[in-house]
This record gives sequence, structure tokens and C-alpha cells, in this order.
Amino acid sequence: MHDFQLWPTILTIVIVFGAIQVLAAFLVYVERKVCAYMQMRIGPNRVGPAGLLQSVADGLKFLLKEESLPGQADKVIFILAPCIALTTAMLSFAVVPFGATDNPDAADYAGKYQFMIAPGIDIGILFIFAVSSLAVYGIILGGWASNNKYSLLGGLRSSAQIISYEIPLGLSILGVVLMTGSLNLERIIWRQAEQGILGWNIWYQPLAFLLFMISAFAECNRLPFDLPETEQELVGGYHTEYNAFKLLFFFLGEYTHMVTTSFLMVILFWGGWHFPGIASTESFPLLKLIVFAGKVTVMILFYMFIRWTIPRFRFDQLMGLAWKVLIPLALVNLVMVMVVKEFWPQQLWLLLPASVAALIGAAALTAAPEPRRAVVR
Amino acid sequence: MPIQETDVRWVSRPKMGLAERLYLPAIVQGLGTTVKHMFRPKVTQQFPEERPQLPPNYRGVHRLNRDEQGRVKCVACYMCSTACPARCIDIVAAPAPPDWQKDGREKYPEMFVIDELRCIYCGMCEQACPCDAIELTSLFDLTGLSREEMMFDKEKLLSVFDQTASAGKDPIRTRAGKLSCASEPAN
Repeated sequence: MHDFQLWPTILTIVIVFGAIQVLAAFLVYVERKVCAYMQMRIGPNRVGPAGLLQSVADGLKFLLKEESLPGQADKVIFILAPCIALTTAMLSFAVVPFGATDNPDAADYAGKYQFMIAPGIDIGILFIFAVSSLAVYGIILGGWASNNKYSLLGGLRSSAQIISYEIPLGLSILGVVLMTGSLNLERIIWRQAEQGILGWNIWYQPLAFLLFMISAFAECNRLPFDLPETEQELVGGYHTEYNAFKLLFFFLGEYTHMVTTSFLMVILFWGGWHFPGIASTESFPLLKLIVFAGKVTVMILFYMFIRWTIPRFRFDQLMGLAWKVLIPLALVNLVMVMVVKEFWPQQLWLLLPASVAALIGAAALTAAPEPRRAVVR
Repeated sequence: MPIQETDVRWVSRPKMGLAERLYLPAIVQGLGTTVKHMFRPKVTQQFPEERPQLPPNYRGVHRLNRDEQGRVKCVACYMCSTACPARCIDIVAAPAPPDWQKDGREKYPEMFVIDELRCIYCGMCEQACPCDAIELTSLFDLTGLSREEMMFDKEKLLSVFDQTASAGKDPIRTRAGKLSCASEPAN
């Protein structure tokens, strides 16, 4: 168990919250730049050098806009909804390590500073899932309280989507948890770092990573899965009636979610702060922080590449993907991990070919012939 | 005529191979395309600094041409305002001053106003003009603070000529001789 120290903890909270808010604002700029570059445009470049102050201008715009409450809305819930969205997104970051962490089993662990708001939480992943799935309340309540059909439909879709994707999201990390034998995120990083680059879970759980990533995209309402706010069908989705600061809260929540899931992907599958030749278990904490930040940046950039590459799913395709593909595959992956752990605990590499085989097998199973179109006379 | 059974051709969807059913290769391929585009040269034109290269027949703001002596070339024949589908040209004709009459000019426009907000920039005034007096230039970014300001009168239109004719972008497209056909003395 880690010693609780008041002031370092408060300081960490302040720094992390500030950093995430700034990062989220900055990510909007990065998002626009990535989009522009992919479309062979230049993107925002007017505010500040290379447009770097664009986020500040956007934030100020949100701040200075007139706050409006639609007359038909349920006032209390209408205001509460964006607060829930942002709070839950922020809260789940409390147990995410964002820099160097030590072995929780080491003797001197209790006294050392950990780059984490609440270190030594043995139910880390469980906490993140419990809290971050509360974020759907923000969206549903927002859609409901707006008292607007488009908003309500957006909220409905979102609840269906998030509840569906919660299952493969949780199932896919069970393999990692089984391999580590702990829900503690620090321990998960440490186990991977101890074994070097070949110890990273991605080598044993590529299928789980794929499932986790797809589900995380859906959980964040990112583009291939942004059904709750499809402009063509639902105007603005659940935030049709929102403007000014309340809308900003929704956006911040969404981007915070994205940052958190990027951190989780790096922690669970890509070895956390470990990188061969740069940061090992003995390295200086700052080095680990830099490696960690680099990996997370790559993940976030990948999020954005995907967003501007893949078009949106249809709603039945979205549900079909979750229930017919991701959940069975996640279960298969879980069974594979259990079998290999039980019978060949020394041959964990077996999981790599097994994962690939499961993926290809799933594709082959969909080989059911297309129904022949009958000629109607 | 109803569609005959023989006219109907049934097409079945192409069969998907294993790689296509995996979907991942296609996603990677798509990512490759988009990432490749990131390093392509940008097509953005940074407008106020970079001016667009407009084609020579671009139809922008009008101008009233001047003849060699700097007088307005227009003979107030009303053909442009008749041709105008937007009815945005307003002309008041008057007898030309005595020294103009020596050159065979009988009428000249005392007032010549084009409502640039109403104009649809179709260029029919230019086509209708018998003496190449009205022409459309390549100026496109005209702005104003009021509707009245956008009513371009004769002086304003002549100043557009002064501004554009020498700039090289919009040479005078007159093909007629010294004076245009409509102003030639009848003999």
C-alpha cells in the first residue's frame, strides 16, 4: 500500500488537471491540422505562430458566447449533464499512471513518489471502467433534458452504443489481467518492463489490442463510430441544444476520454513507460515520462488518422460489429489465454499465432455465401 | 413502355476474398492513402496574401472605357440596360457637349449607374455594347459598408477603368477603330 501524502497529491491533481485541459484544447488544434494535411490543406494558421493559439481563441469564443437555456428544457438536468460528462472523464484519470511508476511489490514502494494521482490502487482497471462508463449518463441526460427529438435520438443511440461496446472493451483486457494476475496498472506496466520489449502484452495479445482499440473508439464516440452525433440524421445529436461553456464541457470530456484510453492502450499493451535502449526499470523517472508521452502521442495521432480515414458506420453495422464480431472474438481470446496459461505456462508465445489464427478464422467463418437474389416473375 | 424481362440484367455482388473479409488490409490501405496525402503539396491559396490566378475571361466588376481623349466611350444607346437580365443598369442620356459633337458623338450618358449588388455578372452588357464601352474586369473582391456604396456611378466606373486598364490584367478588348461603329458619322 502506498503512503497517502496530502500536498504531493494535491499538487499532482492540479498539475494533471491543468495539463489535461490544455492538452484537450491543443488536441483540437492537432485534429484540425491532421485533417487539413490529409486533405492537402494547410489548416488553422492565422492565430499565433502556425496557428498555435487557435485553441485559445476557440476557448475564448466558448467562454464569451451567450449562455442560453432552451425554454422547453429540464433546466437542472440540462446543466448537470455536461458536468457529469466532464467529471467522469476526469475522474477516471485518477488511477492512470502518466509517468514513471515503481514496482508495487518492492519494499521501498510506499515512500516513493509515483506519477499517478492515486497510486497503489489494486482495482485500477475496474475503477476506470466503472467511472468511465458513467460518462454515458452525461450524454443520455443531455439528450433527454434538451427535450428535443434529435437530441433524444442522439442520446438513445449513444446509450445503445456505449453499453454494447462496454462488453468487448472489458472482455478484451481480461486476457491482459489474467496474464499479469493483477488489476493494478502499475503492476501491469512493471511486469511488461521487467521482461523487456518481448514482454509487452502486444506480442501476446494482438487480438485483444485490436478489440480494445475498436471498442475504445466507439466508447469515445470517435468518428467511425460517432453515431450519437451524425449531422446528416440528427442535426447535432445529443448536444444540438447546447452552446457556449456547456458545449465546451462535452468536448473536453470527449477529448479527455480519448487521452485516457490512449494512456490505457499504452499501459495495457505497449509496455507503458518502457522502451528498450531508452527507458528500462532502472532509468531516470523523467526519461520514462518522456517515453510514455511519446507513446501516447503516437496513439492519439493514430486515433486522428483513423478518424479522417474511415467513414462512419451505419447503426445496424455498428451493433452487428459489437455483438457478432467483437464479443465472440473477445471471448475466444479470453479462452485462449486461460488455456495457454493453464497448460503451457512457459510457452506464452503460443498466444501470438493463436490470436492471428482466431482473427483469420473469424474472417473465414463469415464465408457464408451471399443469398442468391431470386428472380421474381 | 414497361421494362421487359429481357431488359433486366441481374447482377450479383462480387465475392469477397479472405483478405477482404478481414477488413484490416483495406483499412491499412486506406490509412496509407490518407497518410500519403499528408505529404503532398498543399493546394490551399492563402487568399489575402496570395491572389488567385483568374482566367482572362473572368467576369468581375464593370468598368466604363475611355476613348483616346479620356472621354467616356459610352454613347448612351441603352443596349446594355436592355440586355441586362438583372435590370441593374440605369442610364440617363443627354446630348453630347458641342466639342464632342465634332467627332460625331450625339449622345453621352449624363448618368450611368450599375447596382453591383443586383448584377449577376453574366457579361451580357459587354456583349450587347456596340462600341465596347462597358467591359467586365477581373476585380472580384469588391466590398462595401452600405447598399448605396455599391451603386457604382459613372465616375466610379471610369475610375475602375483607370485602375485596371493600365495594370495589364484587363487590357481594353476594343476591336473597332478609332471610334466605334455606333458613333461613326453617317455619310
